[in-house]
Amino acid sequence: MMGRDLLGIEDLDRADLERILETAERMQEVGRRDVKKVPTLRGRTLVNLFFESSTRTRTSFEIAGKRLSADVVNFSPSQSSLTKAESILDTAMTLDAMDPDAVIVRHKVAGVPKRIADALAAPVINAGDGAHEHPTQALLDCFTVKQEKGRFDGLTVAIVGDITHSRVARSNLYALTKLGAEVRVAAPPTMLPIGIESLGAKAFTSLREALEGADVVMVLRIQQERLDGCFFPSIREYAATFGVDRKKLRFAKDDVIVMHPGPVNRGVEIAHDLADRRPGVILDQVRNGVAVRMAVLYQFAGRSAKREG
Amino acid sequence: MSDSPVQSPAASAARTRANGSRVALDDVAIRRALVRIAHEVVERNDQVRDLYLVAIPNGGVPLARLIAQQVREITGVELPVGILDTTLYRDDLAARGERPPLRRTEMPSAVDERVVVLVDDVVSTGRTIRAAMDALMDFGRPRGVQVVGLVDRGHRELPIKIDYVGKNIPTQREERVVLRGSKGNLEGDLEVVVLAEEESSA
Repeated sequence: MMGRDLLGIEDLDRADLERILETAERMQEVGRRDVKKVPTLRGRTLVNLFFESSTRTRTSFEIAGKRLSADVVNFSPSQSSLTKAESILDTAMTLDAMDPDAVIVRHKVAGVPKRIADALAAPVINAGDGAHEHPTQALLDCFTVKQEKGRFDGLTVAIVGDITHSRVARSNLYALTKLGAEVRVAAPPTMLPIGIESLGAKAFTSLREALEGADVVMVLRIQQERLDGCFFPSIREYAATFGVDRKKLRFAKDDVIVMHPGPVNRGVEIAHDLADRRPGVILDQVRNGVAVRMAVLYQFAGRSAKREG
Repeated sequence: MSDSPVQSPAASAARTRANGSRVALDDVAIRRALVRIAHEVVERNDQVRDLYLVAIPNGGVPLARLIAQQVREITGVELPVGILDTTLYRDDLAARGERPPLRRTEMPSAVDERVVVLVDDVVSTGRTIRAAMDALMDFGRPRGVQVVGLVDRGHRELPIKIDYVGKNIPTQREERVVLRGSKGNLEGDLEVVVLAEEESSA
């Protein structure tokens, strides 16, 4: 049973996930029509509150909201309002006073969407918070896996890259294991969090072993802007040992697919050609993102504006 | 519409069950009504080839298929059958609880210049038909729209007219009227049941 807010995949159960994926399938049919718009959220207002810039996620939510006929307002607090010392909560509560039907929050610090949700009347949807969760990315990844493979039970998914700093990895780990897939994570030891196995993943420091027999490979972005410490000797060495290319994919299943949350560092974590061509499915993920976010907005936007009790 | 398996097809209409629910139409009566409706549809539309049957799920789907089969037997024309979910066009998006699940929409042919015959199992307030017409217009510009309701139970809240009615069944507002199949999932023998209050609130 889903709560009022979507803060993380951790809070959802398998039935919730299946429900959202099934709804997304129906939403995809809307996206194939000549008139790609339904009146479901007519007269409702959605606020994209992005403290951290992200053109693709924000645009995806904006298109999803508009296809459901909602009015979508983008609000990206600039450095200037931070220098004016307006706190995050003040900003959020100012927006809340304008009665939005959902607030979509992205922030570089984990836990901010939860803090905002506790303070607001409107439902909050987490669009990525620090290294915590990015639930709609995991949902669109699972949707893409389901479309390609038709199932989760018995599938082996290898998540490759900076597991420690990746909210995408965390959310996918929760989602995929709840849906019944076997999840492996592969990274240099410096990027593999201690205790990751308690979340249900098998950890590997050898890419080759992690890819052995994999049905799906999820490649994570090397976030050079976030890595201030020395996690690997050089970009070139990372590309050589953990960069996914066709040669290394020979160890995976013949019908393996390669996913990436974007934006890609071509030639670093993923080979040039995989970014555009099969077995890479990166643009399909982007396409599916709109349908999945429509499903999420259908489920959460406008839910009980006032808290009980 | 929910449907759960029932023990056996009803032998006669309007039979009352022990729990107070009653069968308003059994499989034989439903098929008979659809044969008549198919004849009426053909009679009212000279250009049978322009017709397009569009079912409102879930109950409308098996009914539209049976009408298409009858029209083929009468005229030899194979009509397209579409499925149009109206959930995203409803006027009652709830603030609390989970949103209703969406059902499949499959519109195999364009609706432009065709006469669309909407097929629903139970028509009451008219709000579903209103939603279906709005949805239909997003798919194009039909030349006309007609409506089949296997059951018309009254309580209309909108100015919606049903062109082809299987049976008028007067009901109390609190009662629920459902089409269901003997094998569940609207498969097997069909029947229309008026559910008694305790069963409908369960």
